Amino acid sequence: MTAATVRRGTAFAPRAARIGLYVFLVVSAVFFILPLLLVIMNSLKPMEEIRQGNLLALPVNPNLEAWATAWASACTGLDCAGIRPGLWNSIKITIPSVVISTLAGALNGYALAQWKSRHANMIMLLITVGLFIPYQAMLYPTVKILSTVGMFRTYAGIVFVHIIYGLPYTTLLFRNFYVGIPDEISRAARMEGASFLRTFWSIILPISTNILVVVAILQFTGIWNDYLLGLIFAGNDNLPMTVQLTNIVGNSRGVANPNVNMAAALITAIPTLVVYFLSGRYFVRGIAAGAVKG
Amino acid sequence: MSSISLRKIKKSFGALTILHAVDMEIDKGEFVVILGPSGCGKSTLLNVIAGLDECDEGQIVIEGKDVSGLEPSGRGLAMVFQSYALFPAMTVRRNLSFGMEIAGTPKATVTEKVAWVAKLLQIEALLDRKPGQLSGGQRQRVAIGRALVRSSSICLFDEPLSNLDAKLRAETRVELKQLHETLGSTMIYVTHDQIEAMTMADRVAVMHKGKVEQFAHPQSIYEKPASLFVAGFVGSPAMNFLEGRMDDAGRFVTADVPIDIDGYAFEGARPSGEAVLGLRCEDIVVVEPGTPRSVPAKLAFTELLGADALGWFDCLGKRFSVRLGVEAARSMHKEVGLRFDMAKASMFCAVSERRL
Ligand SMILES: Nc1ncnc2c1ncn2[C@@H]1O[C@H](COP(=O)(O)OP(=O)(O)OP(=O)(O)O)[C@@H](O)[C@H]1O
Ligand SMILES: [Mg+2]
Repeated sequence: MTAATVRRGTAFAPRAARIGLYVFLVVSAVFFILPLLLVIMNSLKPMEEIRQGNLLALPVNPNLEAWATAWASACTGLDCAGIRPGLWNSIKITIPSVVISTLAGALNGYALAQWKSRHANMIMLLITVGLFIPYQAMLYPTVKILSTVGMFRTYAGIVFVHIIYGLPYTTLLFRNFYVGIPDEISRAARMEGASFLRTFWSIILPISTNILVVVAILQFTGIWNDYLLGLIFAGNDNLPMTVQLTNIVGNSRGVANPNVNMAAALITAIPTLVVYFLSGRYFVRGIAAGAVKG
Repeated sequence: MSSISLRKIKKSFGALTILHAVDMEIDKGEFVVILGPSGCGKSTLLNVIAGLDECDEGQIVIEGKDVSGLEPSGRGLAMVFQSYALFPAMTVRRNLSFGMEIAGTPKATVTEKVAWVAKLLQIEALLDRKPGQLSGGQRQRVAIGRALVRSSSICLFDEPLSNLDAKLRAETRVELKQLHETLGSTMIYVTHDQIEAMTMADRVAVMHKGKVEQFAHPQSIYEKPASLFVAGFVGSPAMNFLEGRMDDAGRFVTADVPIDIDGYAFEGARPSGEAVLGLRCEDIVVVEPGTPRSVPAKLAFTELLGADALGWFDCLGKRFSVRLGVEAARSMHKEVGLRFDMAKASMFCAVSERRL
């Protein structure tokens, strides 16, 4: 064998691996993006084209009529105001729930990471168990408790439920991040006379941006996409978009309008998509980030 | 009045006792080094003094005031941590001013103090950087700066130089010593590096398994170690030890060879029973074989150290290190005699391991 063939031979393997990698990435991207494309395509078709029955056909006369209907005049049960009122409900439920459950989880997680005793491990265990209990199992007691204190089917009630159900999750994530931060940083802050809360606020939170973003995104998607809790706890005045979406899709009066349904589904999904696109970089960074270097 | 008194400090983690009744009196303005092997409880002791860990028993008195129950901030101490523990998200300037900010010090004073300490430690150019953008040595300066900036009269250091390379460590050692002379504050400095201990300390406390074995001037630690542990831990190469016992004639007998110990100053009466004789490598003289008051020895090998040399001899069933001149080492014979300088030797009880 000549030197040249040897060189080509060794270069071949990495190149093959690269090609394999790209094929895999493209295939999985197509796999995930195809349904989305189908939904977008069909939401742009007028009803006549839908009736022809070919889901895979490209729209001949693409227009936003279905979107407009879904947005402002589709019927959700008795009233026909589209999905619009749900948007505001979803926003006002999601934002405080995300902010509070994330910050409280950070504070809890920091406290737990600081607290080194057998009891701390016990509490971690309980929190982990809390994560694994499906929340359907806790619905009835929660309903009972909330009705006793008069918060069942109220705005405060749904926010409260989201925060409580989110806390084990956020606490665990933050705790695992904070045990990686050297103890001496908190001790140094204590030497400087900083209280626990002051240390958390001035020293620990500023080095937690990545994990804050990750947890906030996870919470945002979870709460925004939630259906069950919203249905049960929000009350008729505060129904989130997801609940209204099912009402539109499952509306038994009149004919089925798949294009409107798809448009409504897309409108509901837009905020989470936007959040992912805007913060994807932080998200990956946060997932990959280990402890902070002092 | 002493600056810090530790009275019978005890500390356990669970069933494990880390500090056994530590007693120390530290004078005002003194530079005290706590020296000991890894895991002997040095950091624990420092944390207890600082108030970061609570002691289980005992009393800590700082400048006449019992501070045992006080938070770290109430004790008026400053501390430099082993890993520096700078606040990562803050600039160097804020790292320095954070404590004063919390204490509500007026802005003008804060600016003035930060400027003073930055000048003292030559970190003016770094003030607007974050700790992540500093080298190890620079971080270490900032950490020292953070401890000095509030002019506490007592500074605690937990192995502050252990992450630096040898050259920087030697430089910083000198600077710290000078700083101590300039500021006149009491400093307690933890290390497991005996060169740091010997060169910097006014007094060294040698710790072993949670006890202070000896607390004395570095030179007397070297010359008159109070226990077998101190003797073996301090000094390089380690002290040569001979196990034996005191016979009725008051001689020291090892491997059936009696060794004349006239000239050794016992702490108390001439003892009897099992004992250990310790000799530093420079307190042994190489003589012609058969010279009176010498023991026969065989040269194993020599090490040239530049300025001088070490000879390793097999003698009385042990291997001895002896400091030699370079020329003497080059022309050393195989068969020699070793004579021990008893005036500079150390003897220990084999049971209590204390100096005799
Ligand atoms: N929080 C803790 N819980 C249980 N044991 C501990 C704790 N902190 C320290 N120890 C134990 O106490 C002993 C002394 O620890 P310490 O940190 O004081 O050692 P050190 O002398 O500073 O050692 P080094 O030179 O390695 O820093 C060690 O055996 C250690 O395992
Ligand atoms: Mg230590």
